[in-house]
Amino acid sequence: MSTEQKKEGSLLKKCIRNNGFQTIIGSLLCIIIGLFIGYIVLLVINPQGAGKAITAILKNFLYYPSAAAAKKYFGTTLVKASALLMCSLSVLFAWKVGLFNIGAAGQYVIGAGACLYCGLKFGMPWYGCLFAAMIAAALVGAISGALKAYFNVNEVISCIMLNWIGLYVVNMLLSNVKEQTTPYTRPLSSVNKSALLPNIGLDKLFSKNEFVTIGLLLAVVAAIAIWILLEKTKFGYELKATGLNKNAAKYCGMREKTNIILTMMIAGGLAGLGAGIFYLTGIEQWMVQQTSVPAMGFNGIAAAFLGGSNPIGAIFSSYFIQHITSGGTYVDKTMYCSQISDLISAFIIYLCGFVFFFKVRLNRYLDKRDEKKGGAK
Amino acid sequence: MAEYAIEMLNITKKFPGIIANDNITLQLKKGEIHALLGENGAGKSTLMSVLFGLYQPEEGEIHKNGKRVTINDPNDANALGIGMVHQHFKLVECFSVLDNIILGVETTKGGLLQKEEARKKVVALSEKYGLSVDPDAIVEDITVGMQQRTEILKMLYRDNDILIFDEPTAVLTPQEIQELLTIMKNLAAEGKSILFITHKLAEIMQVADRCSVLRKGKYIGTVSVKDTTPEKLSAMMVGRDVNFVVEKKPATPKEVVLDVRNMTVASKHHKNNAVNNVSLQVHRGEIVCIAGIDGNGQTEFVYGLSGLEPLKSGTITMNGADITHLPIRRRLTMGMSHIPEDRHKHGLVLDYSLEDNIVLQRYFEPQFTNPFGFLKRKEIRKYANRLIEQYDVRSGQGAVTKARSMSGGNQQKAIIAREIDKNPELLIAVQPTRGLDVGAIEYIHKQLVAQRDAGKGVLLVSLELDEVMNVSDRILVMYEGEIVGEFDPKKVTVEELGLYMAGSKRKEAVR
Repeated sequence: MSTEQKKEGSLLKKCIRNNGFQTIIGSLLCIIIGLFIGYIVLLVINPQGAGKAITAILKNFLYYPSAAAAKKYFGTTLVKASALLMCSLSVLFAWKVGLFNIGAAGQYVIGAGACLYCGLKFGMPWYGCLFAAMIAAALVGAISGALKAYFNVNEVISCIMLNWIGLYVVNMLLSNVKEQTTPYTRPLSSVNKSALLPNIGLDKLFSKNEFVTIGLLLAVVAAIAIWILLEKTKFGYELKATGLNKNAAKYCGMREKTNIILTMMIAGGLAGLGAGIFYLTGIEQWMVQQTSVPAMGFNGIAAAFLGGSNPIGAIFSSYFIQHITSGGTYVDKTMYCSQISDLISAFIIYLCGFVFFFKVRLNRYLDKRDEKKGGAK
Repeated sequence: MAEYAIEMLNITKKFPGIIANDNITLQLKKGEIHALLGENGAGKSTLMSVLFGLYQPEEGEIHKNGKRVTINDPNDANALGIGMVHQHFKLVECFSVLDNIILGVETTKGGLLQKEEARKKVVALSEKYGLSVDPDAIVEDITVGMQQRTEILKMLYRDNDILIFDEPTAVLTPQEIQELLTIMKNLAAEGKSILFITHKLAEIMQVADRCSVLRKGKYIGTVSVKDTTPEKLSAMMVGRDVNFVVEKKPATPKEVVLDVRNMTVASKHHKNNAVNNVSLQVHRGEIVCIAGIDGNGQTEFVYGLSGLEPLKSGTITMNGADITHLPIRRRLTMGMSHIPEDRHKHGLVLDYSLEDNIVLQRYFEPQFTNPFGFLKRKEIRKYANRLIEQYDVRSGQGAVTKARSMSGGNQQKAIIAREIDKNPELLIAVQPTRGLDVGAIEYIHKQLVAQRDAGKGVLLVSLELDEVMNVSDRILVMYEGEIVGEFDPKKVTVEELGLYMAGSKRKEAVR
């Protein structure tokens, strides 16, 4: 073996051993397998349309033949993806501190309620509404955090209960600002234009899609900020230590109870901000008769794990999940029922756990191989 | 019949970057007690894993009764009659002794357990070998010694004739150790072959027939115990002469650094207090040792001192300042260092790198964190590298090694480096040498004495009587949460201490 070949070999080896690389490969694999299973299900239901349906899901906005329309719907997908990104940041941030924030969904709901109410009832400008969404959701997160820290109440239980409490409280609250004839809240564009997020020209990039706002940038900035917070700061060092070994954190004098509450507050704030950058675009109105918690928060869990619980990875995974979710609406509804897109994204989401499984198996295989090699020398 | 019950011939086992076992030969005669001696990381565990089929060696053969066998997994090992008592018992705590013994090999009739037969066999075995147990007692209620006898009965019940004891005496009192050694001799006399893994040379001298020594993955040799001395064995083990007696000058106690008055700590397990009205003082320039059998309140006492548990009553004064109600961080920055009893539970964040663990007590200082809350990674690396070199902490990849992948001895060294380099006024060391080999123990004892000589107060909590006698300047014995005696190590015998530790004697009104 020449030295150059050897170098290449060791570079490849380093890559394979690299955690991030493994996550990417694992995520891609589970996407492919998920799509494949989805395809089989489509085949079983109706063999004729399966190929068309799966391409429709993957094509999403490219379904439109005109470039302008495609760009416009690309923008819409991005808007939804940015909200999803915030939810997945919320989940992964708590996850790094050893907490499973299944309450992102409820915090998102509270955030939506707070920003819409402030915008519609009090006529507050967009930044005030965003702030309100963040604070309200952070407080809800803090409830779960405090229960966990002081009474050791499992955060999953308290979060799930708070999800429902949040939903019905918000339904009640927003009934005050709904349209007379429909169950929807009044549109921000007619009641209070100042509450709409500024476009700063981004709408022009997406064929005048007025829903594309600075929310997009905010979400990406938030992802980067969370990464820096976790990896570079003293605060992140403390939080991760608390998550990895609560006892050691206590032993060296970290305030582990405060850290748990703070973590849940930040996680809640992130989810609330996500709701803010979604509803303050005016893209959707709240339906006050909803009886199910919006899926955004739960999809955030999937996006967090598909992205290898890395904030930067979450940017891509959030986009992908939103891409196929949006793509699902283009499936031919005469052949398949409308839930089919949810089913396929559910497969992929379900397979997200596979990323971990894949990493473990790959490392075990590499260890075995190295062991053998070591023996052969 | 062949002479050897089991033979491991020229075993070589390699891992990436390390040869764990390099051409090791171990021959266990029938009916002998064969000691396996070696430092941590010498390759004992790997060798046993090979014997149990957990690893496949690259080279070498295993023979049983002279015939070559292949052991692919632990089931093969069991089928060959190889059994093991692990250092940490593998018992179901809420099951009875009998249930634990038959677990996995239950006799059933029509799907129902046939416990009576099993009970007869267990009773017969325990009488034959002098293993007194109550078959109906629940495991969590019985003593550690009885739990260990349950483990031994488990092996005998399965008709194992090759018995491996992995550091069996680490958890026992002196009296229980003697009982165990007698049992081992009985077993050998009945024809069982015993492999005895230990660090304790005195025990090898007492019961073993032969002893094989490993060092850094290499086979050093096998000696007949009656032809050797502890000094020779330890030299074989560490490759140099080791001082058994800790060299130290007489202590010169100065002013009081720690003053505990009437400390009471509630117990989490029972209604009585775990620590009951304990008062003691530690002076600068002395090593005070709290001796006692595990579970007599030492752990809770230290938790109370360090702030991990709240006090029910009493006061703690350090350096003249009342720290009774101060948070943990304040106590630590005021000059307390704490080498915790459980290095995995408290001492380390195992999934953090070595460098992150080394700054665990100091990461918040301006030296390592800038005013904006960002960590100064370069400074942390520099500091970690200095400590790694100074305290000889060995690891695979230096400062970035995950603490989890380091050996126990080096994990402990990292903790000790961290706690001592803080330059404390009071050093609390709880079982600092637990599970470590002679070389590491010697090193740690030297560090403790050096701290004392530098004018610090050292409070040592230890279960090892050798350590208690060798290192301390003053001994306090703790029994059921109370101090029952104070001794000068030069004027007391191990036997005398044992009586106080077991609660059969006590002095009143000890201050």
